[in-house]
Amino acid sequence: MKSLRRYIDKLKPHFEKGGKFAKLESTFEAFESFLFVSNKVTNKGTHIRDANDMKRTMIVVVLALVPTVLFGMWNAGFQHYLATGQEGTMLEMFWIGFLKIFPIIVVSYVVGLGIEFAFAQYRGHEVNEGFLVSGMLIPLVLPVDVPLWMVAVATAFAVVIGKEVFGGTGMNILNPALTARAFLFFAYPSYMSGNSVWTHGMMSGEGIIDSFSGATPLAEAAAGNISNLPSVAEMFIGTIPGSIGETSTLAILIGAAILIITGIGSARIMISTVIGGLVMGILLNLFAVNPFMEIPAWEHLLLGGFAFGAVFMATDPVSAAQTARGKIIYGFLIGFMAILIRVINPAYPEGVMLAILLMNVFAPLIDHYVIESNIKRRLKRAKVNA
Amino acid sequence: MSKVIKIKKGLNISMLGAAEKIIKKADQAEFYAVKPTDFQGIRPKMVVKVGDKVKAGTPLFYDKFQPEVQFTAPVSGEVTAINRGERRAILEVVVKADTNIEYENFNTGDPNNLTKEQIVETLQKSGLWPSIRQRPYSTIANPNDDPKAIFISAFDSAPLAPDMDYIVKDCVSCFQKGIDILSKLTSGKIHLNINNDYPAAETFTKAKGVEINKFTGPHPSGNVGVQINKIDPINKGDIVWYTYPQEIIAIGRLFENGIYDATKIIALAGSEIKTPKYFKILNGACIKNIASNNVNDGELRYIGGNVLTGSKISKDGYVGYYDNQITVIPEGKYYEFFGWALPGFKKHSASRAVFSWLIPGRKYKLDTNYHGGNRAYVMTGEYEKVFPMDIYPVQLIKSILVEDIDKMEQLGIYEVDEEDFALCEYVCTSKTEVQTIIRTGLDLMRKEMS
Repeated sequence: MKSLRRYIDKLKPHFEKGGKFAKLESTFEAFESFLFVSNKVTNKGTHIRDANDMKRTMIVVVLALVPTVLFGMWNAGFQHYLATGQEGTMLEMFWIGFLKIFPIIVVSYVVGLGIEFAFAQYRGHEVNEGFLVSGMLIPLVLPVDVPLWMVAVATAFAVVIGKEVFGGTGMNILNPALTARAFLFFAYPSYMSGNSVWTHGMMSGEGIIDSFSGATPLAEAAAGNISNLPSVAEMFIGTIPGSIGETSTLAILIGAAILIITGIGSARIMISTVIGGLVMGILLNLFAVNPFMEIPAWEHLLLGGFAFGAVFMATDPVSAAQTARGKIIYGFLIGFMAILIRVINPAYPEGVMLAILLMNVFAPLIDHYVIESNIKRRLKRAKVNA
Repeated sequence: MSKVIKIKKGLNISMLGAAEKIIKKADQAEFYAVKPTDFQGIRPKMVVKVGDKVKAGTPLFYDKFQPEVQFTAPVSGEVTAINRGERRAILEVVVKADTNIEYENFNTGDPNNLTKEQIVETLQKSGLWPSIRQRPYSTIANPNDDPKAIFISAFDSAPLAPDMDYIVKDCVSCFQKGIDILSKLTSGKIHLNINNDYPAAETFTKAKGVEINKFTGPHPSGNVGVQINKIDPINKGDIVWYTYPQEIIAIGRLFENGIYDATKIIALAGSEIKTPKYFKILNGACIKNIASNNVNDGELRYIGGNVLTGSKISKDGYVGYYDNQITVIPEGKYYEFFGWALPGFKKHSASRAVFSWLIPGRKYKLDTNYHGGNRAYVMTGEYEKVFPMDIYPVQLIKSILVEDIDKMEQLGIYEVDEEDFALCEYVCTSKTEVQTIIRTGLDLMRKEMS
């Protein structure tokens, strides 16, 4: 460690103002602080500081995502073997998924972090860790066969238009990962929806057996083929077609537990989103006119991206509502709108992404009214006393 | 009996090195100083120059904006230095103490027969007036105001804070006398706020002419700002005065003996103090003879006050006017290899992302390391967990950052002070300097309103 530290100390002057590589100062700082927590000490204000920082916070979220990543890799292989009618071991399945998904993750990180580094240098900031999470979320909401160049374009779009134009991490209005997905969804719909995109190899069509439809449970449900729906156990464990990280409610729940125990993800948002979804589901059940509307409300929680959205997307602290009461309203409306769009709207098979993006836009308004009530309370108090 | 006010939001940071309950009379220090920087918003004008002889109670400087408010020497002796900092701002006025202290005499008389004006005048001349401060802004009280109430926080909930009940236990009559004086200064109530978690000293419980309120809960329950917010919140235009038990005792002594006796008891605490205990000193004493042989090796941070709100002093710095403790902790100038990824069993955090919460009851040795870099706000709901007032802390901070006076007022700037945000600053994942921002906001507001 010490020799590494000495080496860094030797390099450091070159990257500081006036040094040969001063243009890479932010980049150097990012790598240095990745290896070593800075020796900076407090100067004014509190003399001690909490041991938690942005890096740790973001890494905890990435850790919470790991179960979904691993399951997603295995499931990609599993679906592929299912589609081609082959037999394979667990490891073989995982390997196929790994070969497909790992490059997507690499592309997302390289493109996103590259842009982040450039902007940090341009602004003279330290590199913000926010993209560590976004970079992992982007692959998880994409289908497994998405071309890598699309991942690159979408990531660049999300980081530049979704985040940097507003001032970078912490200033963005929309969730960057969903911005990337929405971009692809509207720019290249044929790669983002339909029955053939969710299973590796199906787009090229080689060796796919006839009996394999590749349709997601949601697509089946939307088509009214309720009898084709997988069992509840399959949907819960996640051995179904879908975006890479969204299929396994079980893996998502493990992540949710990590986020809630560490206090980094807002349990308030997660729970209110689920409640919002259930309420809409029950309403639809009551007024059901077609088989899709008859699906029990709680089963909606296992379908599509609902669980993933509620746990990892809605809880993004930057784009969510910020006040405690605001979070409850925000979460509830996400759940409510997600199921509404999913079941009633014929154009989009899934409503979670759109519901979250919509509520991202409304989050500041929700907060505004919550804060306004606090201001009114204060004014009222002053009047009573006067 | 009065009701108990429960503070739910907050955080107790349990640190190593709490002062043992032994009061030692410190040897008289060689030097004493009064620091203009202890007083919010004053502009000092010197009365003495280097070489002048002074007595305890002789004015050293006064405030340009309120010339009646004198700042007096705590001991008799010779003015040896007027230390200045950036832009020649006066930082310290140093007095070399005589072996036998001579006192200025103040005519006091029976407090029952004194008018408010006479009391104010005596307090101002003696140098004890600055011990009464006001909210909003935490500046020295303006005697022309009639505060709607006077608040006294009789316990300190900050990390390693001294036990006020222990400090005041022998000063029953002086404390009562001080309260009697204060009661002449307001037509409102005097609130004496004690901690419900343990039996308070009789000095407090037997005090007459006060309303006793009981508080329970974690820090910042002992902050007077929180107490005001829970008992009688400040609205626009309101003025509330506040002071602390040792200051009241000093006022009591002044009217008892007719001299400015700057004696007070402070706690010397912190993980780097070998034998942390209480010391009886004169206000403004140089800490050298109580600290120098009593600290561990290594680079140390000496703090006048507690680790959250105190000010950095040097190893032969001076006890501040309002300080009740001196804290010594290690500096944190080290690099930590993959520090952000280590489990962190020995580090303290309000968040459970650092795994020291798995070992409850631990006392921490905390240093001054930043544990990360400055970032934009990302996390939400962090401040709210340690901020017990009905105020949105982040939104108030943002309104200050954009200098929106109306919003600051609407969001409750009058009710807060830097110290109320100290825990927010501590827990901040983005490492924002919250207290500095709040001070900027308060100064801006004060300028706007004057």
